[in-house]
Amino acid sequence: MKFRTRAIHVGSEPDPATGAVVTPIHLATTFIQPGAGVWGQFDYSRSGSPTRAAVERTLADLEGAAGALAFSSGMAATHCASMLFKSGDHIVAGCDIYGGTYRLLHKICNRSGVAVTLAPAEDAAQIEAAMQPNTKMVWVESIGNPMMTIPDLPAIAEIAHRHGALLGVDSTFAPPAILRPLELGADIVMHSATKYLGGHSDCLSGVLAVRDIALHKELYFIQNATGGVLGALESFLLQRGIKTLELRMREQCQSALAISQWLEQHPKVTRVLYPGLVSHPNHERAKKFMGNQFGAMISFEIDGNLEKTKIVCQSTKLFGLAVSLGAVESLIEQPASMSHASYDAQAKAKFGITDSLIRISVGLEDPTDLIADLDQAICRSI
Amino acid sequence: MENAIIVENPSTAEPHRQDASPPSKVKRVGFSTTSVHAGEARRKPSDAITDSICCSSTFTFESTQSIIDYIQQKQDREEYGRYGNPNEKVVERKLAALDSAEDAIIYSSGMAAIVGLLIAKLSAGDEIVIFDQCYHRSREFCAKHLSRFGIVTHQVETGNYNAMDAAINNRTKLLISESPTNPHLSVIDLEQFVDLGKTHQVETLIDATLATPYNIRPIEFGVDYVWHSATKYMGGHNDLLAGVICGSKEKLECVRKMRGILGGINSPHNMYLLERGLKTFALRMERHNENGQRVAEFLEAHPRVEKVYYPGLKSHPSHEVAKRTMKGFGGLITFLVRNADWKQTAAIIDACTIPKIAPSLGGVESLIEQPYVMSYFDYSPEDRKRFGISDNMIRMACGIEDSADLIADLKQALEA
Repeated sequence: MKFRTRAIHVGSEPDPATGAVVTPIHLATTFIQPGAGVWGQFDYSRSGSPTRAAVERTLADLEGAAGALAFSSGMAATHCASMLFKSGDHIVAGCDIYGGTYRLLHKICNRSGVAVTLAPAEDAAQIEAAMQPNTKMVWVESIGNPMMTIPDLPAIAEIAHRHGALLGVDSTFAPPAILRPLELGADIVMHSATKYLGGHSDCLSGVLAVRDIALHKELYFIQNATGGVLGALESFLLQRGIKTLELRMREQCQSALAISQWLEQHPKVTRVLYPGLVSHPNHERAKKFMGNQFGAMISFEIDGNLEKTKIVCQSTKLFGLAVSLGAVESLIEQPASMSHASYDAQAKAKFGITDSLIRISVGLEDPTDLIADLDQAICRSI
Repeated sequence: MENAIIVENPSTAEPHRQDASPPSKVKRVGFSTTSVHAGEARRKPSDAITDSICCSSTFTFESTQSIIDYIQQKQDREEYGRYGNPNEKVVERKLAALDSAEDAIIYSSGMAAIVGLLIAKLSAGDEIVIFDQCYHRSREFCAKHLSRFGIVTHQVETGNYNAMDAAINNRTKLLISESPTNPHLSVIDLEQFVDLGKTHQVETLIDATLATPYNIRPIEFGVDYVWHSATKYMGGHNDLLAGVICGSKEKLECVRKMRGILGGINSPHNMYLLERGLKTFALRMERHNENGQRVAEFLEAHPRVEKVYYPGLKSHPSHEVAKRTMKGFGGLITFLVRNADWKQTAAIIDACTIPKIAPSLGGVESLIEQPYVMSYFDYSPEDRKRFGISDNMIRMACGIEDSADLIADLKQALEA
């Protein structure tokens, strides 16, 4: 069956108890067992619950994974993956990564003696050069944040595996409707499901989907032991959101392409970073992996300083000024002061987070309305 | 579609008027933009991007004087949950904007909505005229229950405007039709229907559940009341029940008051789900329309299919009027299986693996059912014949799955 059909039906089988066409929200924290020492399918909801299990089945199917785990946030999912490693281990991560991941790697993982080296993910040779004998994982984003770099996932998978390391891919910007990293050689794919998968800005959640059943078992052990699981209400909302994932992505990608092309022509815009643009340095690679859908995140720079950039971000009427992304409502933000504020000045300079950089998340509004809104906001800064 | 409206600041917004230039507070924007933003405050409490679910059953006043101010100044605020709640009001504004209506009132189900309107508008001695393909529970309520209160219902053949004209007299208060109808998908010529109402100074009501404002907005044709079971396409995920009546503020004032007495209001939790569902309304409808058309075309060409009812097909008697007045024709298709009794027909339904066997329609999941079994099992053969429900009839509600999958599944079921 095709992606959209599976997104609606796999994991959403009619409820055996009532025939309900929608998975019931099981709020129970504990489940009656068949006998002392005899365990039923579910025992305690941290270990598993019917509503969470349903959405995990959907996610595993859509990613082509052996199994998937749902977490209370994207960071809980990334943290779970990072707990695979012990003191003395080493991780190679892309430069162009989410600020929260940067913080986790540099301020939490280091406490348990796990070392990190950053390398530009779009250049596989530099990833290779960063590998050490104790490197256990390479962690990249399938579309970098906020510079929209596209790593060569099969090449990096080959490098990681040759060094006995895993490849973990944060594919939050490219949900399975447009890219499936496990098919390109990744071992773990992670999503902040708060974004496109949930899609409605109302459900904080994270996912790990895993190619190998043994690795899935190990991650499940960590999840159950540390407890960052997704609640039943959020599991329901996430599954509801996934049913329209393919439609939303198709529409949002199409609008984002139109908006990025319009931005590129705008006299006050000095640079547009969108993988769907021919001008993007990784455009060819993006086309190879994602066909004609390049996500709905655009970064661009305007001809202006920190203050003028702030004015643009504060002047839109449809785009909401907020971090996060991937939902039906379009959002705008200034990475230097918002999503990547946790980078120090040196890291900002190194990774291209300039004061005039603006990041937008294109939602489901009519693209002509969004363009008109951006135009008036940019003009207001002049 | 450029005629939808978005309300920037709902508390001060003026109503949308067809015959006047758009008021200054109202902007014309695309339908999907309206679906996402209309009715919602630009800035919400706590600066949250989504509306909070406000479960409060009652709402507090600062002082005795503030209650007196509320009553004397007719302030627009909450009082007690049965009269309205913040979540329900957001969705009412959104639905009114989508339907080009001034106002909308939400109920706990589609039936609660129509009953709420009829009870509010009609009195003993009044008469109504209803087309005979309307939803069978609406007809049942009119014929069996309104009659107990001395209200007379005339049922006339669907689309027979002369028969409707002939049934109108000086006691007639309301003309009712569904469009498209269920399960025959007859599309009403709203211009003729509205003309009848205007000529006789009788109000008109359209059940547009199957059409939705994405495909047609009857208010723009001059219809007085539009009724939807919002459980269907508007909610869109088969996970909530809701009904709505749209119309002018003036005409709906007594209906809203009656809802406050009868109490068929919807809950804040449901209203949140409905609001969330409406965010993808335009996308889903586009896909329902596409799937409906493709599946109908496939069925019409299949040798085991005797007849297909779908307004998007040239063979459908309503095709011309549908093409002229509607953007698309929705996901509901009815078809007859050639030379099949009810059991052979049931076997096709049982052989399907994607559509689930269930009543209802309009959700992302496709559903399939046999009207004879699902809705008319207890009727006599004569009555089934009268309502055009044959034993070999299948009703399929296309969801938003990939149309190729739906077609492949129906093909294997028909050829099993």
